Amino acid sequence: MNEAITKIASVDILLRVNGVQNDVSIKPWRTLLEVLRETLALIGTKRSCGEGQCGACTVLVDGKPINSCLYLAVEAHDREILTIEGPVDGDPALEQIQQSFVEKGAIQCGFCTPGMVIATKSLLGETPKPSEDEIREALVGHLCRCTGYVQIVEAVQDAAGQLGSKGGD
Amino acid sequence: MNEELQSEYHVIGRPTPKKDAWLKAQGRAEYADDIVMPGMLHGKLLRSPHPHARIVSIDTNRAEALPGVRAVVTGADFPGHKYGNLPNTRDYLPLAIDTVRYLGEEVAAVAAIDEDTAEDALDLIEVEYEPLPAVFDPEEAMDSDAPQLHESAERNISAQTAFEFGDFDAGIAKAEYVREDVFETQPVKHGMLEPHASVGLWDSSGKVTLWSCKMSPYVVWRQLAMGLGIDLGNVRIVQTFVGGGFSGGKQEAMPIDFCAVMLSKKTGRPVKLVHTMDEVMTIGHMRHPMKIWLRTGTDKNGRILAQHCKLTANGGAYSSIGGFSIFLAGAMLNIPYRVPSVKYEAYRIYTNNGFCGALRGHTNTQICFARDSQLELIAADLGIDSIEIRHRNAIQPGDETPNGFRIGTFAFDECIDKVVELSDWRAKHGTLPKYRGIGFGCGSHISGARLMGHSASAAEIRVQEDGTVQLTTGSTDVGQGADTVLSMIAAEVLGVEVDDVRFARVDTDSTPVDPGTFGSRVTFFTGNAVKQAAEDARQQIAEMAAERLNAAPTDLMFRGREIINRRNADQRIALKDAVRWGAFQKGRVVAGRGSYAAGDETIDVKTGRGNLSPAYNPSACAVEVEVDPATGQVTIVGFWGADDSGFPINPLAVKGQVIGATVMSFGHALYEGLIRIDGKVMNPSFRDYKMPLTTDIPKLADFQHQNVITVEPEGPYGAKEAGQGAGTGVIAAIANAIYDAIGLRFTRLPMTSEATMQELQRLENQGQAPVE
Repeated sequence: MNEAITKIASVDILLRVNGVQNDVSIKPWRTLLEVLRETLALIGTKRSCGEGQCGACTVLVDGKPINSCLYLAVEAHDREILTIEGPVDGDPALEQIQQSFVEKGAIQCGFCTPGMVIATKSLLGETPKPSEDEIREALVGHLCRCTGYVQIVEAVQDAAGQLGSKGGD
Repeated sequence: MNEELQSEYHVIGRPTPKKDAWLKAQGRAEYADDIVMPGMLHGKLLRSPHPHARIVSIDTNRAEALPGVRAVVTGADFPGHKYGNLPNTRDYLPLAIDTVRYLGEEVAAVAAIDEDTAEDALDLIEVEYEPLPAVFDPEEAMDSDAPQLHESAERNISAQTAFEFGDFDAGIAKAEYVREDVFETQPVKHGMLEPHASVGLWDSSGKVTLWSCKMSPYVVWRQLAMGLGIDLGNVRIVQTFVGGGFSGGKQEAMPIDFCAVMLSKKTGRPVKLVHTMDEVMTIGHMRHPMKIWLRTGTDKNGRILAQHCKLTANGGAYSSIGGFSIFLAGAMLNIPYRVPSVKYEAYRIYTNNGFCGALRGHTNTQICFARDSQLELIAADLGIDSIEIRHRNAIQPGDETPNGFRIGTFAFDECIDKVVELSDWRAKHGTLPKYRGIGFGCGSHISGARLMGHSASAAEIRVQEDGTVQLTTGSTDVGQGADTVLSMIAAEVLGVEVDDVRFARVDTDSTPVDPGTFGSRVTFFTGNAVKQAAEDARQQIAEMAAERLNAAPTDLMFRGREIINRRNADQRIALKDAVRWGAFQKGRVVAGRGSYAAGDETIDVKTGRGNLSPAYNPSACAVEVEVDPATGQVTIVGFWGADDSGFPINPLAVKGQVIGATVMSFGHALYEGLIRIDGKVMNPSFRDYKMPLTTDIPKLADFQHQNVITVEPEGPYGAKEAGQGAGTGVIAAIANAIYDAIGLRFTRLPMTSEATMQELQRLENQGQAPVE
């Protein structure tokens, strides 16, 4: 790495990920994706296109889905981050979504799955009974080359139904 | 009969969630890029900026001097052995030595303490090139004065195939109707979300290990040994989870793999390399763009008498599996329609583009687009109903095709009728409002191929003292569900649950050797091997249980994790107790073995004659589209498909395979395609290379597929192919639907909004308004 850049000081930030506080010292240009994967070893968040087109690296920051490959880690300082690994003390809604994805055949190679599941968590938090069109809109930023999406949409419908019948989360 | 069969099984036929789905749902599946090893370095590849050039010199001194850089490799670090897929087309090198043949070809690689440093070091490698004239169009490349890419390939012919089945001259002479058309297809990428990634380790004993996302690890195993010039026994490939493959680079050893291990040799450290998506989209492996000339003769009732196909494939700079690609295209002219005489002449041409190989459907996809588009034109010319012409020509079970395919189960007529019913075809065809249309398309595929190389599969099963089953095969799960289907087969035979079976990923040091995952072969070939291995294990356990129960082994049945005497149901023993007793008291290891080779016959590649596959499946579909006259955009508003995948072992997975293949074809038909100018890929990004999104598929209620169930006697529990065939007829169906909607006949892919607009405007200028 060229010398001028190497001399730029690292910054200390607080990353609150899945309910765990992490003090990390990072170069300011590091993306949230890099820091999650490389510094915090949270490899569930996937690195794919690197330019915000595929959605595989989606995590929630203060409840909103973002492409962590385009999001600087410093921006996430002191915010609440949720990744596919989930909170240490569990998250019933996340687990139901995962369960629905498993049972409905929404998972093949699994590379898009963490992003899809996380985006669904955000969708169902805001819209507990989404229409089919709302589900498609919520997942439009997520590529899946394996499934053709049908079983993914069915999984989201199933999760919404299950969570609804349980009185929501 | 089918319901009866279903009830006869306790595992087979039950929609079963994928075994690794929980792991993947929680983000805990470890892909190659997720691997971290102590001391691991990170590598990057330097690529040629020229489509064709001689490498005059490479100076790596400045790169090596950069702090953090640990090693640089170039072609000179390798022994200069060419490697490849087919024995007569080995033209790959681990890194270019004196010539680069396409823009993006790998020239050098760096290992450094992190990716940024490795990337920076690439800029410090000084390569002097002498640009050479380049050629990008296959027809130009065949000119005698065109620049020649490979010394051995005159007129840049990378591979050629010609064959004739039946009496073509007599067939075409008898024809009462003849037409010829030319169809063109585009370069399509696999579009898997996981870029190629590898970790290489060359240890001090000389053992070379590669952890990588491979679909066919044993192909990589041989190629790596070949290109490194070392003994096969010193190479070990460990398959990681595969984040989508669809064939291509995950089938073969790539420069990224060679560089990972060679950089490790130089540094003594494990080295990881991961392609960026820009690299994935730029480099080789893609579907062959083709120009297909198709001449078909029929009688006045539309019965095909003769078909002549001339085909030119733009192969790009290297062979990959291209020799087989053009062979297969010709072979697939023989199904799913009866074609009494076939003539085929095909050329695969080297050009200075990224190279082509296999992609889901292989070259069958292009052939099906051409054939079913033309069939619709023939039907229209002869005034024959679209459905009727397909029925009249449909291959029937028990047929033998002119090239020697022996057709077993083949419910093609039933698939066609099922689609007519599901789509409400009769009410819709020709009656939909302006700008809305419906089209029909058919396809077919093989259940694995018997080739002259490695075709057979093997499986091993151990049953442990806790009643769990360790299943090892050389086949890979790449998301398609092999882990689950193969485990279901083992569970069915041994009377245990799917969860009791542990499915191993491939490790060439311990799993049985196998060709890998391609050609829709795994359920069929490996499935049969697994069934046999499980039966072998069951026999071994039955003998132990019989001794323990004082019963005859043949009287014992395996159900619900128990072994029960059929003659006296009170006599029973838990499976695990029988295994434990055998191990503790007799020292017996339950180790079942099975294999499947689909008979001894192999296909003669020169004549093209022979029974390529042990089973064939037909598929049919109807697609309804709406064309926006203001933008030319084609929206798929309905899809109804049916295929004969034999008896679906796991209906949940079959559904995923069929729909996945279908939607991939939507993209291929309507928008996917690399845009290349003078060999440079102009859209090497998912931003500009558009693939189908959630909003591009029909509503669930209008997206239907049904299996027409047959029980294929040769298949494991009656199963056949499922992952590719269903997508093959889709592109023609879309083209036919667009024709029905606006009277526009596309013969060139993709059928983009721009192309539709241009054609609509042309028609308008000519005073031909779209059809009502």
